[in-house]
Amino acid sequence: MQSSNEPGFIKNLRQWLEPLIVPLLAIITAVILGGLIIKSVGGDPFAAYRGLVQGAFGSKKALSETAVWATPYIFAGLAVAFAFKGGLFNIGAEGQLAFGAVAAALIGYALPKWLGHDIPAFIHIPLAVGLGMLAGGLWAAIPGALKAYTGGHEVINTIMMNYIALNITSFLLNGPMKDPNPLNVVARTPAIAKSARIAPIFDGLRVHWGFVLALLVALLIWWILQKTTLGFEIRTVGSNPDAAKYAGINVQRTIIISMAISGMLAGLAGAIEVTALNYRHELGFAVGYGFDAIAIALLGKTNPFGVVLAAILFGAMRNGGTRMQFLTQIPVDIISVIQALILLFVAADAIIRFIYRIRVREERVVLTRGWGG
Amino acid sequence: MAENTSSSSNTIVLEAKGITKKFPGVLANDNVEFNLHHGEIHALLGENGAGKTTLMNVLYGLYKADSGEVLVNGNVMVLNSPKDAIHHGIGMVHQHFMLIPVFTVTENIMLGAETDHRSHSNEAPLVKLDRKEVAQKVTDLSHQYGLDVDPEAIVGDLPVGVQQRVEIVKALYRHANILILDEPTAVLTPQEAEDLFRIMRELTKKGVSIIFITHKLKEVLAIADRITVMRAGRVVGTANPKESNEAQLASMMVGRAVILTVQKKPAQPTEEILKVEDLHVRDIRGLEAVNGVSFHVRAGEILGIAGVQGNGQTELAEALTGLRPIESGRFTLSGNDLTGKPPRPITATGLAHIPEDRQRHGLVLSYTVADNMVLCDYYQPRFSKGAVIQQNQVDANARKLIKAYDVRTPSPYVSASKLTGGNQQKVIVARELSRTIRLLIASQPTRGLDVGSIEYIHKEIVAMRDRGIAVLLISAELDEILSLSDRIAVMYRGQIVETVNRKDATREQLGLWMAGVHETT
Amino acid sequence: MDWRRFAVIALIIAIMFGTVVLVGFSQSSPLLIVTSMLATTIAVATPLTLGALSGIYCERSGVVNIGIEGMMLGAAFFGWLASIYMNTVFHMPGMLSLFIGVLAAILTGGLFALLHAMLSITFKVDQIIGGTVINILAVGITGFLNRQMFFGKGSVFGGQVPHSPGILPRIHIPFLADIPTFGRIFEQQPITIAALILVIVTHYVLFNTRWGLRTRAVGEHPRAADTVGINVIRMRYINVIIGGFLAGLGGAYFTLESISSFEPLMTNGRGFIALAAMIFGNWTPFGAWAAALVFGAAQALQINLQFFRTLIPPQWSFLQNSYVVGLAPYILTMLILTGLIGKTIPPAADGKPYEK
Repeated sequence: MQSSNEPGFIKNLRQWLEPLIVPLLAIITAVILGGLIIKSVGGDPFAAYRGLVQGAFGSKKALSETAVWATPYIFAGLAVAFAFKGGLFNIGAEGQLAFGAVAAALIGYALPKWLGHDIPAFIHIPLAVGLGMLAGGLWAAIPGALKAYTGGHEVINTIMMNYIALNITSFLLNGPMKDPNPLNVVARTPAIAKSARIAPIFDGLRVHWGFVLALLVALLIWWILQKTTLGFEIRTVGSNPDAAKYAGINVQRTIIISMAISGMLAGLAGAIEVTALNYRHELGFAVGYGFDAIAIALLGKTNPFGVVLAAILFGAMRNGGTRMQFLTQIPVDIISVIQALILLFVAADAIIRFIYRIRVREERVVLTRGWGG
Repeated sequence: MAENTSSSSNTIVLEAKGITKKFPGVLANDNVEFNLHHGEIHALLGENGAGKTTLMNVLYGLYKADSGEVLVNGNVMVLNSPKDAIHHGIGMVHQHFMLIPVFTVTENIMLGAETDHRSHSNEAPLVKLDRKEVAQKVTDLSHQYGLDVDPEAIVGDLPVGVQQRVEIVKALYRHANILILDEPTAVLTPQEAEDLFRIMRELTKKGVSIIFITHKLKEVLAIADRITVMRAGRVVGTANPKESNEAQLASMMVGRAVILTVQKKPAQPTEEILKVEDLHVRDIRGLEAVNGVSFHVRAGEILGIAGVQGNGQTELAEALTGLRPIESGRFTLSGNDLTGKPPRPITATGLAHIPEDRQRHGLVLSYTVADNMVLCDYYQPRFSKGAVIQQNQVDANARKLIKAYDVRTPSPYVSASKLTGGNQQKVIVARELSRTIRLLIASQPTRGLDVGSIEYIHKEIVAMRDRGIAVLLISAELDEILSLSDRIAVMYRGQIVETVNRKDATREQLGLWMAGVHETT
Repeated sequence: MDWRRFAVIALIIAIMFGTVVLVGFSQSSPLLIVTSMLATTIAVATPLTLGALSGIYCERSGVVNIGIEGMMLGAAFFGWLASIYMNTVFHMPGMLSLFIGVLAAILTGGLFALLHAMLSITFKVDQIIGGTVINILAVGITGFLNRQMFFGKGSVFGGQVPHSPGILPRIHIPFLADIPTFGRIFEQQPITIAALILVIVTHYVLFNTRWGLRTRAVGEHPRAADTVGINVIRMRYINVIIGGFLAGLGGAYFTLESISSFEPLMTNGRGFIALAAMIFGNWTPFGAWAAALVFGAAQALQINLQFFRTLIPPQWSFLQNSYVVGLAPYILTMLILTGLIGKTIPPAADGKPYEK
């Protein structure tokens, strides 16, 4: 880092690439370990990974499906990353996502009924998506407020909110919001009105404009964090709440805002899934997104662009995994194991550095400040 | 143990030969030679960062030296951990106490030595604790050496001077006959320091040899039998206190002639800027820390608040800067009532604050120097248009301030964590003093800094005062108060017990007031 | 445990028991209801108690462990797997298989804990992230192996779940279990009894032995402990692994004592509720146990209201819905964490990696 006689563009290139080295190696190592696990239960790792890659990128349909899978991951990953920047651990993305989906679905199928007539799409879609966003934001603001005013640690509170959300949505989807169609036996809402549906980008492929929105939102989040006064305040509270207070920043208000924005992003994930993909909300679709989002946020080093890349990777793995299971009978859960290993190696980058003898020194994400007694 | 009435015997009980210790980027000890005679009080003198504590940590087994050896009574010691040092009779009282606040005195003393320390083998984990037996031994020891401690007291509730005594008893409980004291008087009033010196002389009479680390010149001349001076990791020489003086020692410490007091013109105070009326503030635990404090500071004067740490100064500074709620009373700045207001409006009224804990309150270490310099002002129109931060303005500001305040940093984009303590403080000073201000509150502004930085900051504070700014200086270093203040107020147990003009103040009198000895006239 | 906390706990339990009595008194005597609920409460509080004790060992030495949920899940699976293996493949008798299963569960907990210890202590990874990694890893591995071994073609068990050796039997404590009516409180299964004994043992170890004193020192002020010659790293490792063993035992409860099968994600957040119990109990064994009883009572409430669902009067019909009643433990946890019911003080060095 002290070499000042390096040509400028090499230095810039290095600055760009250095943060990528460890995550890349983490992925490679995890993939190798995953292959060993597959081998140990009698499978063929090469066939498995071939199936995986084919399923993820091998055709127009595959790419489209990868984008479809990646979209909620981008939103949820941004949600967790944003909270991280504010010094908060939002494990509640799952519950916030669920409420976003429920709210969007409700507006989607019930609003025309309540009003008695149809609503044009350019009002209905923003309304459904917007209210989904708000629902998620509110659901996250509650543990945010608890942390700000009572010091209650957001880790356990957001986890509890997840279970509460699960119970409430189960109740709703088995009860008042259940699809009354006599052919329906599962816990799901009725289909949303056509005016609330976001169109696919290409005919015949499922990839939809929500994917584009996700990329734009990532850019927006980066801009907010790096270029605005709000972003400065959020990052300062995240790095050193004592100095933030000294600097005149209202720490409590900032905590709540950080959580609210984080929740809105998660709610957006759910709302987009409802309005652009499934056109309804079904119980059980969102399971596991919360923890995946954490892995994605960390893999992307809480940087919005990194999150996008990580989300696409995870989306590719989930998408390709179903094809892998179809072709080779290897359970798709191995993907979870590999993702957990990736997370393990990214989090404990010291392991990677030790294995590959890298001397890179980076900023560590440190969030644990005890339980705030 | 043979009693020794003469304080210098020629038996060397502890010796460090050629000790070298490196940390990333820093050579903390460079081929250091040091020895301790039986029954002597040997002072190790040097400014902050000279390598004194590192050397002691090596002698105590906390660090392993890169090269060199340590000898006890002529035998080379293998020191892998403090357990070995303790086994050889070395005890250490650290500058920041190594006591568990929630444990009792007895539990603190017995920790790690739950049975006789000499039997290393008896380490069975599930042995039942025998608190009564240890408490009895503690009481016996404290009587023997005149160190009164209550075995059942919770250490966190004890005053600092008593905690220090617990630390000493802890060492004696482990049969220490070599005692290392690291900056022991940093937290004591002058009277308590005298008390400590008395205890030290008692201990040496009973055959204990003492190493005494400090940066305070007056103390060394008062108590030491021999003085070794360290600078930048090396031993620069030894001195005999009877043949030396402050100026000579200071120049050995720093390597050049040091002006021991700040040159300043007499003060020309004008209108009242800060007025504090009957302020009551509670501390973190809900106890009253500021107990009815009233004072004023005028433009163009420095009011120094003297007092040992822990008498409410921290809470007072926090209350006046909006970081702590005020229970009752009020304060005004140029007539504006700022009681209970949050930091931002207070700063906008013309307050600058150099905080006590620079790394916790004053800086965000992971931010660049440039960002730290706009930490309090980023939202102002000159740095942001609406909600968008104008990075080029921020950078220009940083470059200007780095030059003006001579902050040693390779660039404005370096993270603040990479700067030395002195330069970190300069960043804070640059930020605070470059605003238009009427009042400067400086809390322990030179704690932990090297002499060069101390001189610089003292110069800046006096310059501020000469420009007509009111300065409230809070410091536990009596020398700093005496050197800078125009008026001095002494704080004890949350109250101002006395206020005097500088010319009427003496060290001794201030010391008495700081210790709570107050004669009503 | 201060009086305010104790009073709140007693009050909440009384309300929950009272609700069931009010609903069901037409069918069963109040005494029977209360006794039955008490017996159930003690039983279902077991994984929470063990999880909380696990947390206490870890955190008292200064390591935050939110991976208890994953440890329990992993232990539940591998313990169950081991017992089935012993029973089906090696043809061992049922009791022995179950016992080996419990041992396997304990060991699994210890292994996960070893990983957590390495991440947190040696690699100094942020401890919450480390715990999350454990949780994700556990979900992934158990899901994968569950499907692979029992539902895939070509798996060891030929694609179907074999007959499991059952669950651990109730132990009839002599004298106490013979008391009419009340006696059923004293008929509990081994892991439940073990949990109760471990509460007492942990209290003694933590506050009356050399190990406990040193552990607490390491969690409050590790540098001070270091200066008196205590090996901070070693103490933290061992305490975390002990915590892992306890979490493993808690996991064994799910598949070897409560029901005899494994379902993905069956721990259902109880590892996190255990942490809340630990916090509410102020990191003391008896305090955590009392808090665990509250949560256990909430679960007993849910079970019993389902049992009496036909007796619930129409204006309280929301009680019939298990989703609504099921909210109780989670809302309770959040309330407890607000600190309205008493301030809690964690070990001072909790969560901070030790740097020399």
